[in-house]
Amino acid sequence: MDFITAQNLVFRYIDEDDQQENIANTRNVLDDVSFTVEKGEFVALLGHNGCGKSTVAKHLNAMLLPSGGKLYVDSIDTTDESEDFAIRRKVGLVLQNPDNQLVASVVEEDVAFGPENLGVEPKEIRRRVDSALRAVDMYDYRNQPPHKLSGGQKQRVAIAGIIAMEPDCIVLDEPTAMLDPKGREEVMSTIKRLNKERGITIVLITHYMDEAVDADRVIVMDEGKVLTSGTPQEVFSQVELLKRHRLDVPQVTELCYKLKARGVNIDTLSLHSDECIKKLLEVLL
Amino acid sequence: MRDIAFGQYYPSNSILHRLDPRSKILLLVAFIVLVFCTVNYVSLALVVFSVFAVVLLSKVPLRLYFKSLKMIVVIVLITSALNLFYGTGEPVFEWGIIKITLAGINNAIFIAVRILSLILISSTLTFTTSPNDLTDALERLMKPLSIFKVKVHEIAMMMTIALRFVPLLLEETDKIMAAQKARGADMESGSLVQRIKALIPVLIPLFVSAFRRAYELAVAMECRCYQGGEGRTRMKILKMKAKDYVSIFVVIILIVGVVLCNVYLPQTVR
Repeated sequence: MDFITAQNLVFRYIDEDDQQENIANTRNVLDDVSFTVEKGEFVALLGHNGCGKSTVAKHLNAMLLPSGGKLYVDSIDTTDESEDFAIRRKVGLVLQNPDNQLVASVVEEDVAFGPENLGVEPKEIRRRVDSALRAVDMYDYRNQPPHKLSGGQKQRVAIAGIIAMEPDCIVLDEPTAMLDPKGREEVMSTIKRLNKERGITIVLITHYMDEAVDADRVIVMDEGKVLTSGTPQEVFSQVELLKRHRLDVPQVTELCYKLKARGVNIDTLSLHSDECIKKLLEVLL
Repeated sequence: MRDIAFGQYYPSNSILHRLDPRSKILLLVAFIVLVFCTVNYVSLALVVFSVFAVVLLSKVPLRLYFKSLKMIVVIVLITSALNLFYGTGEPVFEWGIIKITLAGINNAIFIAVRILSLILISSTLTFTTSPNDLTDALERLMKPLSIFKVKVHEIAMMMTIALRFVPLLLEETDKIMAAQKARGADMESGSLVQRIKALIPVLIPLFVSAFRRAYELAVAMECRCYQGGEGRTRMKILKMKAKDYVSIFVVIILIVGVVLCNVYLPQTVR
């Protein structure tokens, strides 16, 4: 059973002044987007800035409603406004800038914000907050003010704030875009661990190809459309297609691709460096 | 600039730190009223003595108290100087139109001592209570006001968010100033008017980014199912403990003492 089903999703911003005349002229931010996400899956959504991937993210927890097509989250139609909060309980959204999504000036109180909004019993909130902070490895910082933390730590607190609401799925909208390499590594390993150990469905929106390599499935978007999707191996093997749309492939894959073009005998384009090294050794020795 | 401690909370583990913030706020109010109810030196001494006792109990370094007193020393001097010349009755000292009476001297001493104790006792509250506890306690204390349609939860939420964003905006001001200086902005010389004008290119980007942050925060809060105060629970429950009742009892005794002094001993002021 699919957890999220998007059927021919269309979204456009409607200018309130000239609703009637210009509708035909406005470009669709999302244009006929269909995809599914299964329970427990780790899906990466790739694309350029402005390709509509953040718009998809906001659709997944009913912050934006489709102008056309349908989106189902756990079989609930997101256009049903009475179900908004039910959907947001199931799908948590982590945004790009960690500073702007933390509410309280103490880490543990910020993590408690979500469950407090849900009206959870105080004792249960305490349990969830502790468990969420341990899950992102920030328990020792629970009494710190957020502005004393590094970017990666703040983003992990933001993730803990979502985990404390015990969602089935977490959507992360470029969670590493404002972080340094160390913070990026911290956040990525946290995400992967949550997916593996807690079975939380992850939708990771990113423009770093390297982060998509470890996903179960990759969806590539360009100009409001789904360009291609499949396992990372399938997607990144289509080097020509991606290059045509000014998208990169992981460096290792690009190396294999170029070698292959020069006539080196490599059958598959590797995604990980150790795998690539093994292949190259086979060819060379 | 980043080191400005908002509310100047001083973490420690004194008995005052562990009191319920609600009882601390109520006790502060009682003290403020009490300070202005003293009418003779005995009751004033009683209040001053208890203020000192509270200050010592807080286990906050005394230099922090001196720091907060230093800021208002000028105000104290001016107000007591004014009171000095306002007394009525037999002049003790006369020089031209300046007449100083015994009542004037008493008034001056009272007003100075009152203001100083006021500052000391309210600093104790901010030193011993974290800003979060304060807003939390205020929300709960103001709860009865919601019958008059006062948006108590919203006010408390705004204070929480303001506290969260003060250090962020300070940091951002630093960054913008550095950026403008890098482009040749001169903020440290020229007349006062010129310096104020030099701040405009700092304030405008600051405002723009504050609005953007506010929008993003609103989105993030909505993502976390925020829907106002209704149906909301809290992780931390405030609970009045024995020490809270004891401290309230002690302050009631103090009030009784001051009232007795005021009634049975001659009035010095007013």
